[in-house]
Amino acid sequence: MAWRAAVVTFPGSNCDRDMAVALEAVSGTPALRVWHGDADLPERLDFIALPGGFSYGDYLRSGAMAAVSPIMRAVVEAAGRGVPVLGVCNGFQVLTEARLLPGALLRNAGQTFVCRDVRLKVENTQSLFTAGYDAGEAITIPVAHHDGNYFADADTLDRLEGEGRVAFRYLDETNGSQRAIAGVLNEAGNVLGMMPHPERAIEAAHGGTEGRRLFESVLNALVSA
Amino acid sequence: MKVRVHVSLKPGVLDPQGRAVHHALDGLGFTGVEDVRIGRTVELDVAGGTSDEDLKSMCEKLLANTVIENYRIEKVAA
Repeated sequence: MAWRAAVVTFPGSNCDRDMAVALEAVSGTPALRVWHGDADLPERLDFIALPGGFSYGDYLRSGAMAAVSPIMRAVVEAAGRGVPVLGVCNGFQVLTEARLLPGALLRNAGQTFVCRDVRLKVENTQSLFTAGYDAGEAITIPVAHHDGNYFADADTLDRLEGEGRVAFRYLDETNGSQRAIAGVLNEAGNVLGMMPHPERAIEAAHGGTEGRRLFESVLNALVSA
Repeated sequence: MKVRVHVSLKPGVLDPQGRAVHHALDGLGFTGVEDVRIGRTVELDVAGGTSDEDLKSMCEKLLANTVIENYRIEKVAA
């Protein structure tokens, strides 16, 4: 299906190409590429992805500098209009720093960089991003991060859980995240941040394909809209 | 005007770095260290007329992440 998806590249992003390749593999349409210094996004976007990496060298805090880059004003505005926004890994960190998502991502509790496949439980199958999964399904997707330890205060965590905004949870201890949270949704449900990399689990050669349905879910939602 | 912004993790937020340093201090034989927390100091050189409000705004918008960090602004005598 023809859709207009954009991948934002910050200085230090390193999964932007992976994301663009995954989006094209799933949709058949090349993704548009946007630079952090751009003031505007392309018009009529159906999907915006903030990729993984180490934007601005993780200066100050992971994602902090990217969150105040020119393009993010346009991303915040688009998110407010309901455009689906996915932030993966560093993209998740950017979304929390930009306050599009609650909480923050701290250094992994074990202090080491964690790079391996992890098993996730899909907690919410009603969302734009997760409708293609079965309730409570366990999927395997890789992680690769140093700052993936999700933190929010207890009230915020209770609210997230109560509102069904925890999208994914780690099935095994991974990075010390509060309540094993691996991915969260915003209140409106059109912004998802997650530490695992669904764009690295698209075709069999990746070692798994369970990330694919996340992108297909968004595409299907567009078709039926 | 010189300004120092001291950023520290809020109480209750895990500080793995601090914990590792604590462990290393123990290893060096320094007993009686109860806790170690690592923060960050940002030194700014700003125009004389910079308002307290602007300094606070710099901290809230960028220098500290108030979800996890506290900050303290210290004006340094020239």
